[in-house]
Amino acid sequence: MTSKTEKPVLLTIRGLRIEGRSEETWSEIVKGVDITLHKGEVLGLIGESGAGKSTIGLAAMGFARDGCRISGGTIDFDGIDLRKAPETERRGLRGKRIAYVAQSAAASFNPAHKLIDQYCEAPVQHGVMDRSEAEGDAVELYRRMRLPNPEEIGFRYPHQVSGGQLQRAMTAMAMACRPDLIIFDEPTTALDVTTQIEVLSAIRDIVAQFDTAAIYITHDLAVVAQMADKIKVLLKGDEVEEADTRTMLANPQQDYTKSLWAVRSYARPVQPPVTDATPVVSVKAVTAGYGAVDILKNINFDIHKRRTVAVVGESGSGKSTAARVITGLLSPRQGQVLFDGKALPPDYRNRSRDQLRQAQMIYQMADTALNPKLRLRDLIGRPAQMYLGLQGKALTERIRNLLELIELEPDQYIDRLPSELSGGQKQRIGIARALAAEPKFIICDEVTSALDQLVAEGILKLLDKLQSEFELAYMFITHDLATVKSIADEVVVMKDGRVVEQGPKPEMFQPPHDPYTELLLSSVPEMDPDWLTNLLNERKQKENS
Amino acid sequence: MSVIWTMIAKRLGLGLLTLFIISLIIFGATELLPGDLAKSILGQSATPETVAAFRRELGLDLPAHTRYLNWLFGALQGDFGTSLANKRPISDLIATRLGNTLFLALYAAAISVPLSLTLGVLAALYRNSIFDRAVNALALTSISFPEFFVAYILIFVLAQSGLFPSMAQVDARTGFAEMLYRTFLPALTLTLVVTAHMMRMTRAAIINLLASPYIEMARLKGIKPMRVILRHALPNALAPIITVVALNLAYLITGVVVVEVVFVYPGLGQLMVDSVAKRDFPVVQAVALIFAAAYVLLNLTADVLSTLSNPRLVHRK
Repeated sequence: MTSKTEKPVLLTIRGLRIEGRSEETWSEIVKGVDITLHKGEVLGLIGESGAGKSTIGLAAMGFARDGCRISGGTIDFDGIDLRKAPETERRGLRGKRIAYVAQSAAASFNPAHKLIDQYCEAPVQHGVMDRSEAEGDAVELYRRMRLPNPEEIGFRYPHQVSGGQLQRAMTAMAMACRPDLIIFDEPTTALDVTTQIEVLSAIRDIVAQFDTAAIYITHDLAVVAQMADKIKVLLKGDEVEEADTRTMLANPQQDYTKSLWAVRSYARPVQPPVTDATPVVSVKAVTAGYGAVDILKNINFDIHKRRTVAVVGESGSGKSTAARVITGLLSPRQGQVLFDGKALPPDYRNRSRDQLRQAQMIYQMADTALNPKLRLRDLIGRPAQMYLGLQGKALTERIRNLLELIELEPDQYIDRLPSELSGGQKQRIGIARALAAEPKFIICDEVTSALDQLVAEGILKLLDKLQSEFELAYMFITHDLATVKSIADEVVVMKDGRVVEQGPKPEMFQPPHDPYTELLLSSVPEMDPDWLTNLLNERKQKENS
Repeated sequence: MSVIWTMIAKRLGLGLLTLFIISLIIFGATELLPGDLAKSILGQSATPETVAAFRRELGLDLPAHTRYLNWLFGALQGDFGTSLANKRPISDLIATRLGNTLFLALYAAAISVPLSLTLGVLAALYRNSIFDRAVNALALTSISFPEFFVAYILIFVLAQSGLFPSMAQVDARTGFAEMLYRTFLPALTLTLVVTAHMMRMTRAAIINLLASPYIEMARLKGIKPMRVILRHALPNALAPIITVVALNLAYLITGVVVVEVVFVYPGLGQLMVDSVAKRDFPVVQAVALIFAAAYVLLNLTADVLSTLSNPRLVHRK
């Protein structure tokens, strides 16, 4: 660590202020942040959404998104004042000396061009290499990023490459001109844990090999612990504190930092497993799929009253398809779904209104799951009206009661539109809408994965409280094992459409494991800064032995 | 690539089906017209015998479906029958007219398509600037006036001074350069009418993409603004632009009646209007079928080109 701070300073930001426009007024979203970054040093920027992390990252490139403007402070990159420099000079730096790796590689690669064309663009346009040199270099960097078929992969279009591979290809592209500084903006947030490890280790190695300085933006503390030399915590555009990684993890000074650290330790007491009673939902030998392909292959699991069953697996493992079968959106080819011991018609159109009422869903993206044109009164009121036949005063009373249950003040919120709510509040409305039908069983599909950790914790606590109050059964679909640890009673691990392991949570987190469960569990980043290094060494040893 | 060929085959099949239905509608509509064709041509004084003889000559005594099939198979072989007005084969009548119409349409397209694409790209690049506003205002002004008004203004400005002829009279002996010169005013009128639509779609389709993460990525790679638009935005905006261009090309072929009349240009549109006035139904049917075929063919081309512009559809996983 000390050796890096002795190196010359690369980037100095002093008193950075950035304003964002909402409606017609400008308000400050970054309020005087300082950054000092030495050559080859990695700074972790962490904070919740709205903390201004990405905005600061872009400002380090002298760039402000449309609707934002840098209003104060200085940005000095290797002796160049990025605020005073003309746009042509800043453009000359971008992609050449300062590069950017975006959160979603799938969205940030141009769908119309092959990967290698996009790789070669910056070096050729900046006059660093000619096209054939750049192509050779791309293959070399693809190899270093451990992409499969490095000679050939560049000649594919982005849609022909998987998410984890795209993210590595984007890091390779950022390296094309061997920049002095790379801004990583949540590069692994959209990836599964097992893929995340590969990307993290590839990024870490290449940054070390070329002695590149980096600003690593994330909301995941465990990830930043693996990547950064020092960490800066942000809250609503203000700096909370900064320290080197080990000090920060071992000994955070500020209350806010401590609260961030504490989130990962939330866990509710585990309920004892039920064996005798009839399960609320029972999935019996279900095989289902689209077209000729079977997505689910002979799936079995039960969900009991007042119990939470977490269904875990990577994207494509069949978690959401299982939910579609239970809700009747997809009819199984074989097997059936029992509700309170009675078989449900496979197609939702053949189910009675009462059968539909009993099983409700909460969705991952509250943003898109709520009709933006309806007020909360109607959003929550409709299921109560449709399933329970409530009208007039009784209906209003029920809506107010539901808003109180999800801890939103009825008078203040009942006539709001979804756009007037924060992300966590929207998810609460999703919960209220499901509750309005007075169901026995709720499917929670990745309900916290789009939320910040503190907000997610609030949602988990709320779901827990509602479960004991209304004796609900939950099916909790997630790829986040930290969430599983905090709320599940039982766990079902899925891979490629099969259940590879299932059982009560305490057992699942104790060895021995199925090899796939083992891989999943060991891939969850831990707050220990040596975790990634140790894990990779361990896996290498296992391979050799 | 086999995906593309299957798609083209499917679309061609659907296009033929559409044309078949249109042919039914065209034939049915002329059948429904009141009055007896033979009587109306021969006049009140004709004896029943002459009328009957004339009906036999025209084939009107046959049942409707037989006449329809005869007409359809004739049309498939390029034989649309004979004109009632001047007894000439309709194919001959149409051939030169169709050539003239296509010439004018291509002429106008050759000016308007590059012009509107260039203006659209520039307006997107300098969006919300004076240039953008001026181009938009001019384009909207020209599309807001009726065609004949634009035509008369052009005649007033450019023909009064003797720069260009106000009558676009051409025949088979007119040379290519002379054709271009004589039809310049109608072509310019059509250009003014169709440019706005294509230009504004180009601008909107590009601007719509400028908030995409991959455009931000291109800017963060230090790519120049013009290259960002041309290389990163335009290829992804092609599908809506192609559709609008195809619709406007179809309009240039089928919708130019007014302009042809103003400039006395011997095109299909004028032939259609004349034939309707003369109750020359076989000609009307033939021209309507050609117009429909032009629409179907251009839309088919637009669909294929839109698909080709999207690598996700061309190069499957």
